[in-house]
Amino acid sequence: MARFIKVLVAKPGLDGHDRGAKVLTLGLRDEGFEVIYTGLRQSPEKIVQAALQEDVDVVGLSCLSGAHSYLFPKVVGLLKEKKRDDVLVIGGGIIPPEDVPHLQEEGIAGIFGPGSSIGKIAEFIRENVRERAA
Amino acid sequence: MELVEQMLGSDQLALARLITLVEREASETPQIIKSIYPHTGKSYVVGVTGPPGGGKSTLIDRLTAVLRRKGLTVGIVAVDPTSPFSGGAMLGDRIRMQQHYLDSGVFIRSMATRGSQGGLPRTVRGVIKLLDAAGKDIILVETVGVGQTELDIMEAVDTIVVVLVPEAGDTIQTLKAGLMEIGDVFVVNKADRGGAENLVAELEAMLHQNLKQTWWEVPALTAQAANDIGIEELYERIESHHQALQQMGKLDLKRCEQRKKELTNMIGTKITSKFSELINEGGEFTRYLEIVERGELDPYSVWEEIIYDRVLLRTWMRRLEEEIR
Ligand SMILES: Nc1nc2c(ncn2[C@@H]2O[C@H](COP(=O)(O)OP(=O)(O)OP(=O)(O)O)[C@@H](O)[C@H]2O)c(=O)[nH]1
Ligand SMILES: [Mg+2]
Repeated sequence: MARFIKVLVAKPGLDGHDRGAKVLTLGLRDEGFEVIYTGLRQSPEKIVQAALQEDVDVVGLSCLSGAHSYLFPKVVGLLKEKKRDDVLVIGGGIIPPEDVPHLQEEGIAGIFGPGSSIGKIAEFIRENVRERAA
Repeated sequence: MELVEQMLGSDQLALARLITLVEREASETPQIIKSIYPHTGKSYVVGVTGPPGGGKSTLIDRLTAVLRRKGLTVGIVAVDPTSPFSGGAMLGDRIRMQQHYLDSGVFIRSMATRGSQGGLPRTVRGVIKLLDAAGKDIILVETVGVGQTELDIMEAVDTIVVVLVPEAGDTIQTLKAGLMEIGDVFVVNKADRGGAENLVAELEAMLHQNLKQTWWEVPALTAQAANDIGIEELYERIESHHQALQQMGKLDLKRCEQRKKELTNMIGTKITSKFSELINEGGEFTRYLEIVERGELDPYSVWEEIIYDRVLLRTWMRRLEEEIR
């Protein structure tokens, strides 16, 4: 039985640029992941509801608006509330280095800046995604 | 099963997990299907198919809004192809359905075709059963349909909506063999681009020529999913088809055929996959294989020898019997 890894790529926040998220989506597909892209300007509630229904293994958040310090932890919190704290949450976009420790503390497992290669992200996912009981 | 109990109590997390198990063909699958089976058969299942980019997801989104206004709950299964090269997939249908994300009466699930032939994953029937048991009134299944290989959708749904665009007029003759025969309702979407009325007329002429049955005249409608136009009419036609099927006793007949097909397909898939594993193990068969590999004899002649090789056939049968359990 092959192990398929499902990733939800989402863009919380109000900025209207989703080129990065699209590149990530296609890149991860080419790395062999099943990737769901949910589009621009998603509220954390919508992202988590989609993650729940799709039963994803990973949520990749991309944010360029600067609201990541609020939005990313909010997604992690809601996932926990929905009993999905087993989901691996990673983040990308424009994130100042000084914000990284805070985000990691809040449960964002990996932070990938604009220059990150898809290969690196894929590797990180494969190494850190949790084996699922069910 | 505990997960099944939770799902029947309308727990979304449990439903999502069960779908994953069935989709993976996990060892729990027979047990899951067995325990939900008594709760199935109540949903009405509609397939939405057609060439890429025709507006299927947008149409489903708008149709779902109509269904919700009528107080019906909706399950959506959106299928996209798995890349044969990477094994990955981009599941992009959901992006058109954002207005329903927070509605607890709508459950959306994306599926990749994974190892299945054609446009429909073989596990989709199990997923439909789960949504059915979870109490969804209507289940909408989106698949990409381009030709003959995509006709499996017929075996999984009650009504098929084929979505075309005005420009399809040029290729309609090639569509004839595949999509044209499976549609119960045709929609020419993106009617804002012009040419839709012409295509509808062409479709009607063609559908009239090869009338599938006397009890249902396949309609062709125009729509503008993006502008929310023609959706109510589409709903009405789907509902009329449902009524017609029911009044003629065809719905039961159709589902009965589908169950039969499901079982025979399942047997076929299981035996074929076990059998190819067995053959690849080699053994006595290696001798035949080498003859073909070296090009000494053609495959047909070798086939003739194999079917008279009692010893080999018996070994295969015995091994198959052991393996398949
Ligand atoms: N002009 C016009 N565009 C439309 C209409 N309906 C949908 N679209 C657009 O067509 C594009 C494709 O729509 P989708 O709903 O994703 O089409 P689809 O058939 O689901 O596409 P795939 O799943 O990729 O095969 C989007 O950009 C839609 O906004 C319409 O009525 N008119
Ligand atoms: Mg689509």
